[in-house]
Amino acid sequence: MKKRVFLSASAVAVMALSSAAVLAQDNTFKIGLILPMTGQQASTGRQIEAAAKLFMAQNGDMVAGKKVQLIVKDDTSVPDVTKRLAQELVVNDKVNVLAGFGITPSALATAPIATQSKTPMVVMAAATSSITQASPFVVRTSFTLPQASVSMADWAAAKGGMKKVVTLVSDYGPGIDAEKFFKDRFIFNGGTIVESLRVPMRNPDFAPFLQKVRDAKPDGLFVFVPSGAGAAVMKQFLERGMDKAGIKLIGTGDITDDDQLNDMGDGALGVVTAHHYAAAHPSATNKKFVEAFKKANKGMRPNFMAVGGYDGMRVIYEALKATKGQGGGEALLNAMKGQTFESPRGPMFIDAQTRDVVHNIYLRKVERQGGELHNVEFDVIKDVKDPGKSK
Amino acid sequence: MLTILFDGIAYGMLLFILAVGLAVTMGLMNFINLAHGAFAMGGGYITVVLMQRYDVPFLICLPLAFVAMALLGAVLERTLYRPMYKKSHLDQVLFSIGLTFMAVAAMDYFMGSSQQIVQLPEWLKGRTELGEGSMMLGMGHYRLFIIAVCAALTIALQYILTKTRFGSRLRASVDDQRVAAGLGINVNVVFLATFAVGSGLAGLGGALGAEVMGLDPTFPLKNMVYFLIVVAVGGTSSITGPLLAALLLGIADVAGKYFIPNFGAFIVYFLMIVILIWRPQGLFVRKGGK
Repeated sequence: MKKRVFLSASAVAVMALSSAAVLAQDNTFKIGLILPMTGQQASTGRQIEAAAKLFMAQNGDMVAGKKVQLIVKDDTSVPDVTKRLAQELVVNDKVNVLAGFGITPSALATAPIATQSKTPMVVMAAATSSITQASPFVVRTSFTLPQASVSMADWAAAKGGMKKVVTLVSDYGPGIDAEKFFKDRFIFNGGTIVESLRVPMRNPDFAPFLQKVRDAKPDGLFVFVPSGAGAAVMKQFLERGMDKAGIKLIGTGDITDDDQLNDMGDGALGVVTAHHYAAAHPSATNKKFVEAFKKANKGMRPNFMAVGGYDGMRVIYEALKATKGQGGGEALLNAMKGQTFESPRGPMFIDAQTRDVVHNIYLRKVERQGGELHNVEFDVIKDVKDPGKSK
Repeated sequence: MLTILFDGIAYGMLLFILAVGLAVTMGLMNFINLAHGAFAMGGGYITVVLMQRYDVPFLICLPLAFVAMALLGAVLERTLYRPMYKKSHLDQVLFSIGLTFMAVAAMDYFMGSSQQIVQLPEWLKGRTELGEGSMMLGMGHYRLFIIAVCAALTIALQYILTKTRFGSRLRASVDDQRVAAGLGINVNVVFLATFAVGSGLAGLGGALGAEVMGLDPTFPLKNMVYFLIVVAVGGTSSITGPLLAALLLGIADVAGKYFIPNFGAFIVYFLMIVILIWRPQGLFVRKGGK
C-alpha cells in the first residue's frame, strides 16, 4: 500500500516537473557557452565569461519576452570534451545557441553538431580562417589570424620601411597560418623573407633562434607565439641588443595581449603589432566598456578575447530581438548575418556571405600610458575582410 | 659562433642544476623521482610571487627558493617518499608521476595557467660583446650569472661528496645500507638530507630557469624529458657525469636550433640515442658498489 502511494506520488511529481520544464523552455532562451576555464587557455575562458556576464548585466536578461539563460561549460581546451559538451547542451539542455570556443580544434569538432541540429554557433575566440567554412551555422565575432598578419605585412612593406624580414613562429597551427599569410603578402608587396623559423612548443629557449635572426640582419622580425611566450621573446630580443642592431619587432596583437602586457615590463615598449582591438582604443564606447569590465572584475583589463565574447553576446541578443523570440535556429542564423554595429573595437559587421567578422585592423605601438603599458593605435586599415576566404 | 657556444653552456649549466637532484636520488638512493620537476616549478613560483607581490630582491629570492624547496623536500621525504624506497620501480614511477600531476593541477588552480614573467634587476639585463665578426662573443649578463652560480654550486657539491665526512657517509650508505647502519651511520638522516638538498637545488634551478625556460604549471611535464635525458646520458654514478651530459645537451640543443632550425628540436633526442647505443649505462659508470 505504502509503496503504491509512493509510486503515484512520484509519478505526479515527475509529471509536475516535466511540465514545469516544458513551460520553462517556452520562456527561456538558452545560450550554451563552452570555454576553456581551466588549463593552458584559461585566460581566454575567464575573459569571455566575464565579458558575456557583463553584457547581460548591462542589457538585462529579458529579450523579446524571453528570459536569457547562460550555461557555462568548461572544455579544458580538449576538442573531444568540447564536442561532448556541445552534444549534451543541444540534446539535454536544448540550448538555442552554442557559443564560445577557445581554440580552433574545439570549434572544428563542434561544427558538425551545429549543422545537424541547426543550432547557430557563435565563435568568440578561435581565429583560424577555415572555421566559418566548417558549418553553415558558424558565425564569428572574434577575428581571423590572416586579417592581422596580412595587415601587418602591408604596413611593414608600405609604411614601416622594411625590405627584409625574418619570421619566427611557434610550431603549431595558428603559428604556421600567421607565417604563411604574412610571408605571401610581404613577398607580394616586394619584400624579402630572409628566413622562416619555427620554434618548438616544448622547451622554448628562444636564444639560438634570436641569435640566428640577429646574424641574418633583417629590418624586421615578425613574431607569432602564444601570448605568454611573447614576453620572453621581447626580453631576449632586448637582451641580445637586437633593437640596437636596427631590427624592429613586429607581430600580430597576440604577443602584446592586454591581459598580460602590463606585466611584461619595459621590454615591450615600442613593439609594433597589428590587431583588431586594444583596451586603449580611443572611443567613447570602448572607454565605457573597459571601465565597466574592470569594475566588475577586480581591475582585470579586457583583452581581444573579452571583446569577442561581448560582441558575440550582442549578436545573439540582436538576432533574438529581430526574430521576436519566435524563430528557430535558421531564423536566428539569418538574423545574425549582416549585422552592423559599433563595438568597443570600433565599427564591425558580420559578412552575410562568409558569416565572418569584418572590422578595422589597427597598427599599434606599445607605450606607457597613465603608468601602465598599453597598445596605442597609430594607424588603421579599414574594414578588413578575412583574406583567407578570397580564394 | 662563440655566442652560440656561450648560450649553450649557460643552458647546459641550468639543465645540470635542475637535474642534479634527480641524478642524486636516482643514482645514489636508487629511487626514481619523476616529481623532481615539480620542486623546480615550486622554486620558480616562489621567486615570481615574492618578487611580484612583496618586492623581494631577486638575489634574496634565490636562496629562499632553495630553502623552501629543501624544507618541502624534507617533509615529503619523511612522510611520503620513505615508505616508497622499498617498493618496486613501477610503484615509485606511478607514485611520483601522480604527485607531479597533483602539483600541476594545484599550481593551475592557485596561480592560473598563464606564463609567469620574472622581472630581472637592471644589472642582470645587459650584454657584453667581445671581438668581431664570426668570432664575436656576446654574453648576456644573466646567462653569465647562471654560469657563475652553477659552476660554484658544482664545485661545492663535488667537494662535499668527495672530501667531507658527510660525503663519505652518503657514499657508504648507498653502497651498503646495512653495513653503513651497523657502523653507526644514521642512514635515514643521510638520505633525508640528500633528498632535501636535491629538492632545494631543483627549486634553485627553477628560480634561475624561469627567465630562460618560461614558467607555467606544465613546467614539470614539459621539462621532465630533458632532466631524464641528462640523467640517462650522464649516468648516475657521480656528478661529473650529469654535468658533462648537461653541457653536451645544452650546447647541442642551442647549436642544433641555430644551424638547422627545422630539426633543432630533435638533435637532443638523436644525440641521446647515439650515446645510449654506444654506452647503454651512460657516459660514466661507477665500478664496484652495487
